[in-house]
Amino acid sequence: MNMTCLKNMASLQIDRDKCAGCGMCEAVCPHAVFRVNSGKAEIADLDACMECGACAKNCPVNALSVDSGVGCATGILNGMLRGGKACCGETGGCCN
Amino acid sequence: MKNCCCKSAAEPACCGAWQELKAWHDGVCDTPLGSVPRVRTQLTWRDRLGGCLVRWNFRRMDYAVSPGLYAVGRPTSESNVFVSANYKLSFDVLRAALNGINGWILVLDTKGINVWCAAGKGTFGTAELVRRVLETGLDKVVSHRALIVPQLGATGVAAHEVFCLSGFKVIYGPVRAADIPEFLAAGLRATPAMRRVDFPLWDRLKVVPVEAMLWLKPALAIMFLLFILAGLNRHGYDPALALGQWFRLGLAVFVTYLAGILFVPLLLPWLPGRSFAIKGAMAGLGASVLIWCSGGYFWIEGMAITLLSVAICSFLGLNFTGCTTYTSPSGVRREMKWALPLQIAGTIAGGLLWLGARFV
Repeated sequence: MNMTCLKNMASLQIDRDKCAGCGMCEAVCPHAVFRVNSGKAEIADLDACMECGACAKNCPVNALSVDSGVGCATGILNGMLRGGKACCGETGGCCN
Repeated sequence: MKNCCCKSAAEPACCGAWQELKAWHDGVCDTPLGSVPRVRTQLTWRDRLGGCLVRWNFRRMDYAVSPGLYAVGRPTSESNVFVSANYKLSFDVLRAALNGINGWILVLDTKGINVWCAAGKGTFGTAELVRRVLETGLDKVVSHRALIVPQLGATGVAAHEVFCLSGFKVIYGPVRAADIPEFLAAGLRATPAMRRVDFPLWDRLKVVPVEAMLWLKPALAIMFLLFILAGLNRHGYDPALALGQWFRLGLAVFVTYLAGILFVPLLLPWLPGRSFAIKGAMAGLGASVLIWCSGGYFWIEGMAITLLSVAICSFLGLNFTGCTTYTSPSGVRREMKWALPLQIAGTIAGGLLWLGARFV
């Protein structure tokens, strides 16, 4: 893997042409990744993105894309072992 | 007014929240659709004890309240509606924050999981929210059309879809329930600080007990295995040899366990690097220095313990990514790719070296 990816890991992308500047992404982001400037949202701090997916989920014009999921080694490991999606270990919890 | 609240089983369940009279119920509140339970906003010792126990992993997966509509204070049809998860710990934090406020709480069925985790899995999501709004007849209980949803629920809830499907507008509240009074006073506006998630010392320590309980059994199993194997020597097996080493073996495993479970979260910002596997490895290195100093180990066994301690703490560090509030799946996956093989190799090499040390 290219080491320049070290910092730019997050898969978050914005389509500025689609963006209507509603500010929803800015409101739901828990790490202040976005900034709305003159009617358009921009990614101000990509490295802070944890790929939770809240912004893409709440974008009314589908201007955002992110490969979202849980940032949890155990969850990812469980997913790899069971051959499914990343999930937590609890039985009867999230994996069902 | 029709009171349909579970007087008999034949009555329609207008309020799913009713099942039994809970200690945290404080009478009822009449609505056009019948009575709904009113909740206390002061936590009792039982609430606190229950919260404490789940943090120690006792009945953590079985700590839920019934989904449905609840009243806080003396709400009217104008009062705000706060949406929550049915994990009792989350629900308790919300009702305690609503002390002195009149409003409604709409509890979603998140299978007893907190808001953020449930939102990530989609159980705290658009479909469940819309379903719960329709099922409780919320449009007849309140005259406005707004729902205050915790910001961290946004991972599962699409505000524009909720509006299309239910006619209710989602307003994202602050991340922390404790900021709700200020959020309301500011006219339903959250400050940037209210919108941000952080991970201060106290929050890091709060997740330690659950991890400690989850890893206790493996730690005891390893302790027992090492104790049994410690009797091996060149001449076969000597139980006295094992018995003579129980204390220093137990101590070695305990110090490693402590380093991985407690010191990684405690020292997280100060452990070097951005990588959790490296942070964990550093904690393991520290642990092995302590063990080596305390045990009077021969160098082969000392090396073996260092390898094991570093590999295991590195894995526990990587595992801690699931407890943090900021790690991304892309980052964790990339880190796992190089760290997991090294951790496995380190554990195997350390284990073989430790066994080999019995025979020299």
